[in-house]
Amino acid sequence: MIRSDKVRALFAAPYLSWAVIFIVVPLLMVFWYGFTDGAGRLSLANIAIITRPEYLKSLGLSMALSLVSTLLCLLIAYPLCLILTEKKTGRAAVIVLLFILPMWMNTLLRTMAWQTILEKTGILNTILRFLHLPSIYIINKPQAIVIGMVYNFLPYMVLPLYNALAKIDDSVIHAAHDLGADRRQTFLRVVLPLSVPGIVSGVTMVFIPALTTFVISQMLGGNKILLIGNIIEQEFTQAYDWNLGSGLSIILMIFIILNMVIEAALDRAPEK
Amino acid sequence: MERKELIRLEHVSKAFDGQTVLDDLNLVIHENEFVTLLGPSGCGKTTTLRIIGGFEKPDSGRVILDGRDITSLAPNKRPLNTVFQKYALFTHMDVAENIAFGLKIAGRDKAFIEDKIHYALKLVNLEGLEHRSVSSLSGGQQQRVAIARAIVNEPRILLLDEPLGALDLKLRQDMQYELIRLKNELGITFIYVTHDQEEALTMSDAIVVMNQGYIQQIGSPEDIYNEPENAFVADFIGDSNIIDGTMIRDRLVRILGQEFPCVDTGFGTEQPVDIVIRPEDVELTAAGEADGGLTGEVTDVIFKGVHYEMCVMAGGFEWLVHSTRMFGEGTRVRIGVDPFNIQIMNKPASEDEEAVSENDQIR
Repeated sequence: MIRSDKVRALFAAPYLSWAVIFIVVPLLMVFWYGFTDGAGRLSLANIAIITRPEYLKSLGLSMALSLVSTLLCLLIAYPLCLILTEKKTGRAAVIVLLFILPMWMNTLLRTMAWQTILEKTGILNTILRFLHLPSIYIINKPQAIVIGMVYNFLPYMVLPLYNALAKIDDSVIHAAHDLGADRRQTFLRVVLPLSVPGIVSGVTMVFIPALTTFVISQMLGGNKILLIGNIIEQEFTQAYDWNLGSGLSIILMIFIILNMVIEAALDRAPEK
Repeated sequence: MERKELIRLEHVSKAFDGQTVLDDLNLVIHENEFVTLLGPSGCGKTTTLRIIGGFEKPDSGRVILDGRDITSLAPNKRPLNTVFQKYALFTHMDVAENIAFGLKIAGRDKAFIEDKIHYALKLVNLEGLEHRSVSSLSGGQQQRVAIARAIVNEPRILLLDEPLGALDLKLRQDMQYELIRLKNELGITFIYVTHDQEEALTMSDAIVVMNQGYIQQIGSPEDIYNEPENAFVADFIGDSNIIDGTMIRDRLVRILGQEFPCVDTGFGTEQPVDIVIRPEDVELTAAGEADGGLTGEVTDVIFKGVHYEMCVMAGGFEWLVHSTRMFGEGTRVRIGVDPFNIQIMNKPASEDEEAVSENDQIR
């Protein structure tokens, strides 16, 4: 037993050192910088700074845009997944693949494509002008950021949702019909509640990257819209204020953990 | 007692991907009957049930309930309920919520639903489990919840799709008696699908034996067992010796070169027929004790508790014999059969009926 424990420890060592070097140490560093000032004295100033209006506004905007994007992803993905699960499996796999395919491309590249589409003289407006329709100017506005987020993160909603819906046995739906439920009642009372785990993980997987992104907001928001991710990025790469950047990161972390706690509670509730 | 017709299938046909599953099926089921659709897998019994339940639409033909054509009526509009093979319980609800589902959809008031849940749980012996999660129940308990969930809606017909298939033998036997009791207490029609002939014989008022999309025979369990209409039915229900024979004339048949008196008439003279003799109807005596009959040698003996199961090689055919009297391996024996116990059947007219050769050795 002792021998096998040692062997086990030996095999675990690479993963352990990986976790320590790339997860634990950076986290500790973030906490160290976050809770000290430039001179190395303990301080809560980096945390308290969030109460300043410009930071609060950024955090609020980040939350709002992430929430809207997550909701839009859910509204787009749910009907799609419902249709997919009703189709024959072979065909569904192809459609799911079509949704996953963009994930194989770099986020930067995909977001740049949206830049080209939404620009003042971009593809969208060229087409609109050709059709003698009024142009749409949403580039560098929150709407453009939402479009970018939804486009980038939709697959993360589709996958868990599709899995959850595909797991619901046909006979359960038949049973609901058999007991007198019409299509609407079957959906509301059986399909929707049974898909809650998929909704929860999809929402988590979209909301968290949306809340922390700085690339999408940078490329589609110009430099006019600063999300909390952009501010943190700027503190590190432009202002070189690692203490402030870390402090704001800790704030963001707290919101993400809160989000996960709430969702975990939601996930457990219907199972009793 | 006048039997009132409840549901009728008229000329129902159904094919999946060009494969015919039901071919011009006609069936009448009466009120307050326990009817079993029995047959091997792929015989069309489940498809028939699904057509009655409304989950499949027949390609042609009609389904008539109480004189009303319900062929295209959606399942949720039919006064029937189904107990599904895999229970199909709602895992996000507790026992009581599962049972209440249909009543809530129907908009019944709270007190009524409470009463019904209590009544149904008592009926299926699950009192006190109202608020258990269904996934914490055993297979047998889940099946009872599925039954309770169906019967609280007071359906005209309860459809049961191999509901006992997943249970172990002892529990299955208990549930068979429970189902008979339930049917008698509720006074509704049960349509039961199974491939288990013993289950069918135990519970049914009427058995519909199906094979390859055709009804092979409809009758009471006694009729089906004692008077099988063709070799398939004989082979599928219980053990039997099915032998090629020739009807010499009325009341005389030649089996394996030996003439046997029988009770059947009207088959013509020198007609090839199928002969069915149940293993318990074969009478063995030591060779030489009496004249005539077939003689052969015992090749195998197994003690089965109630009787001995013996194989006897006689006339080039291996006979299956059940007897309380034991003859050891290698013993020379004489085979005799009471004329009344020789079941004579016409050779199948078409290939569709010719099922025995393909489904040889079902038991």
